[in-house]
Amino acid sequence: MAVASDAATALRPLDPAYVLKEAGAVAAIVFALSISLVGFKTEDVPGGITVVTRFGAVAIVTVIAFFGRLGLILLREGRPFPVLVTALPFALALFALLLWDQLFAPEIGLRRFLPFGDIIVNWLLAIFAAILAGRAAWTFRHEPREQSAEEREKKMDRVVAAPVQRAARLVGPLLLGFAIILPFLPIADRRLLDIGILVMTYIMLGWGLNVVVGLAGLLDLGYVAFYAVGAYSYALLATHFDLGFWICLPFAGIMAAFAGILLGFPVLRLRGDYLAIVTLGFGEMVRIILLNWYDFTNGPDGISGIPRPSFFGLPFVRNPPEGTETFHSFFGLSYSPIDRIIFLYYVILLLALATNAFTLRLRKLPVSRAWEALREDETACRSLGINPRNTKLTAFAIGAMFGGFGGSFFATRQGFISPESFTFIESAIILAIVVLGGMGSQIGVVFAAILLIGLPEFFRELQQFRMLAFGATMVTIMIWRPRGLLAHREPTIHLSDEKTPTGHN
Amino acid sequence: MLKVSGIHTFYGNIEALRGVDIEVHAGEIVALIGANGAGKSTLLMTICGKPQAAAGQITFDGADISRLPTYQIVRRGIAQAPEGRRIFPYMTVMENLQMGASMTDPVHFEDDVERVFTLYPILKERRHQRGGTLSGGEQQMLAIGRALMSRPRLLLLDEPSLGLAPMLVKQIFRVIKEINEQQDVTVFLVEQNAYHALRLAHRGYVMANGQIVMSGTGQELLANEEIRAAYLEGGH
Ligand SMILES: Nc1ncnc2c1ncn2[C@@H]1O[C@H](COP(=O)(O)OP(=O)(O)O)[C@@H](O)[C@H]1O
Ligand SMILES: [Mg+2]
Repeated sequence: MAVASDAATALRPLDPAYVLKEAGAVAAIVFALSISLVGFKTEDVPGGITVVTRFGAVAIVTVIAFFGRLGLILLREGRPFPVLVTALPFALALFALLLWDQLFAPEIGLRRFLPFGDIIVNWLLAIFAAILAGRAAWTFRHEPREQSAEEREKKMDRVVAAPVQRAARLVGPLLLGFAIILPFLPIADRRLLDIGILVMTYIMLGWGLNVVVGLAGLLDLGYVAFYAVGAYSYALLATHFDLGFWICLPFAGIMAAFAGILLGFPVLRLRGDYLAIVTLGFGEMVRIILLNWYDFTNGPDGISGIPRPSFFGLPFVRNPPEGTETFHSFFGLSYSPIDRIIFLYYVILLLALATNAFTLRLRKLPVSRAWEALREDETACRSLGINPRNTKLTAFAIGAMFGGFGGSFFATRQGFISPESFTFIESAIILAIVVLGGMGSQIGVVFAAILLIGLPEFFRELQQFRMLAFGATMVTIMIWRPRGLLAHREPTIHLSDEKTPTGHN
Repeated sequence: MLKVSGIHTFYGNIEALRGVDIEVHAGEIVALIGANGAGKSTLLMTICGKPQAAAGQITFDGADISRLPTYQIVRRGIAQAPEGRRIFPYMTVMENLQMGASMTDPVHFEDDVERVFTLYPILKERRHQRGGTLSGGEQQMLAIGRALMSRPRLLLLDEPSLGLAPMLVKQIFRVIKEINEQQDVTVFLVEQNAYHALRLAHRGYVMANGQIVMSGTGQELLANEEIRAAYLEGGH
C-alpha cells in the first residue's frame, strides 16, 4: 500500500479499453435505470393523466454518469490533472449560471443552458462536480494513498467519531440550551417552531428506536406501528372517556409496549433480514387494521377533535366556555395563538429529554449490556445464563413505549389522526435517522434528525427529491462509514478504584 | 455431580452422539479426548442444552437437566468456555467479565474480577481493550475468566489450548489446575492435546465416532498403547 511512495511513483499505464469499458458499464446502468425512472413521467392534464417523455434528460444523465465515472477512474489511477481542468470549469460555470438564475431569475433566459429542468438537480450536479474537482486538487497536493476500508474506518473513528462523542458532552448542553431559549429568540417564528417540534419528535423516536436497533441490534422496519398505537390509544381514550393528555400518556406508552411484546414473540428466532421483513409486515398490518376496523378506529376518516394538551388544566383557547380559566387569562396575558405552539414545543422537548435521560440510564444497566452481547453473540449469551427471549422482549417493549409516547404527542399536536400518517415511509425515516446517526449514538441521532428532517423542511423545493436524496445519503454513508456517522462505543465499566482518583495503585 | 447416561444427539439426521455415558465427580478434573469430529464439542453443548439430547438423561446434582433451556442449566452452576472462545469482540475485557457475572449477585463482582486478574494478570493490563483486539491466548484466558465470573461449580472447557503456542498451552493448563485446586471448581475438559490433558486430569474418557471407547485414570490412559498410537504419536 504505502510502498508506492518512492521511485516507483511511475504511473501505471492506462488501458483505454478497460477505462472505457468501466465508464461505459456505469453509463449503461444509469441509462437502464433512468430510462424508466426519469424517461417517463405522468402529468395531470384536464380529464386525466398523460405520459410525458423526457429522453433528453436521460441522455444528459447518461453522459454525465459516463464522464463522472471517467473522472473517478482517472483520480484512482493518479491522474488528477485532466479531471481538475474539466470538472472545475464545469462546476464554476454551473454555479455561475445557477446564481445568475437565482438572482435575476427568468428575465434573462439563461435557464435554457442548464442541463436539467429542475433547478435543484442542477445544484446537485454542480455540487458533485465541485466535489470531484476538490478531490482532484487534493490528490495533486497529497500522495495518493490507498486506504483499506478498515483503516479508513479506524481513522474516522479516531478523527471524527471519538472527538465528536467527547465533544458531545459540550455540544449536548449547548444544543439543549439553544433548544430551551429558541422560542424566545427573535428568529423564532411559527414556522421555525413547527420545524423544531417536528425535529424533536423524530429525535425522540430515534432515541426510542435506537434501543431496539442500536443497542439490541434488532433491525425493526415497523417502528411506525408503535407510533400509531400510541397515537390511537391517546386519541381514543381522550375522545371517548374525556381524559387529558398527561393521564393518557402512560397508557399510550403501555399499550405501545404491549404491542412491542406482541410483535416480539413471533420474531424471537429471526434475525437480520428476516426480522426486518417481518417487522415491516407488522407495521403494515397495524396500519391496515386501523384502516379497516371502522367501528373502533373510524377507518380512513380518522379521528378528529383530539383534545390539545393543557397547561396544568389551563387550556389554550381564545374564547373559553363561560367560567373556564385559560392560560392567557390566568397569567393575565392577551391571547396569542403562538402560546400553544410554544407550549407544545416545550412538551416535546420535555418528552425528548425524558427519553434521553431514560435511555442513557438504561445503558448503565445490565440489561443494556445484555442487549449488546446478544447482538454480538447470542450463543455465548445463552451459555452465560442470559435468557434471550426476555432480553429481546424488553428491548422491543421499551423501544415501542417511546414510539407510543411520540405517537400520543403527534395526536395531540395534530388534533386529527388517520392511518395515512402511519405509512412505511415513517419507519424508514426513523430508521434512517438511527442508522445515519450511528447506531447506539445519542448525539448522532440529533444530528441525523436535524439533517434529515430539519433541512428538507427548510428546503421545501427538495421535497419531490427527498427520497432520492435520502437514498443517496444512505448509500454514501454505507460506503464511507458503514457503522454510522458517529458510531463509537465508550466502555461502560471501569474498575472501581479507577473512578476515584485516590485509589490508584 | 454430573452424570450423562445414554445420550443421543442429532444434527438433522446425522447422529453425532450415539449413546454416551460419562460421570464427573465433584472436585475432579476429567478430560475427554478424541479426534476431530468425534463429537466432543457436541457432548459439551448437549450438556448445556443446545442442541438438546434426543434420548438419554443428564443429571446435575441429581436433578435432570436434559430438558431445560440453556440459560437455566447454566444458572444451576455450570459454566462453559465454548469452542472458539466466543468472547464479545466489541466489548472491553471488563465488560466481557461483567457479562459473565450477569447472573451473580453484584456484591461479588469486585472480588471475582480480582480473582480472575490474579489468575491472569495480563487481563488486568488489557482490561480496557476490546475483546476482539486481544491475542488468541488472551482471548482464551478471557473466555475462561468470563466463565469463572458466574461462580460455577462445574467448568466446561472446549479445547482451551487450540491454536496456542506451547508456552501458552502450559500456562493455560497450569491455571486450570489452580482453578480446580484452589477455587474448588470441578473441571470437565475437552482436548485434542491429549498429552497435556491426560497429565492434568484425574480421569479421562476417549471418544470416537460419537461413542466413548475407553476410560480410566489419566495415568492409565497415558500409558495405554492404543492411545499412545492414536493420539500421542508425534504429540507434545
Ligand atoms: N452444527 C452442526 N450441524 C451439523 N453437523 C454438525 C454440527 N456441528 C457438528 N456437526 C457434526 O457432528 C460431528 C461431531 O462434531 P463435533 O462435536 O464438533 O466434534 P469434535 O468437537 O469432537 O471435533 C461431526 O461429524 C460434525 O460434522
Ligand atoms: Mg470440537
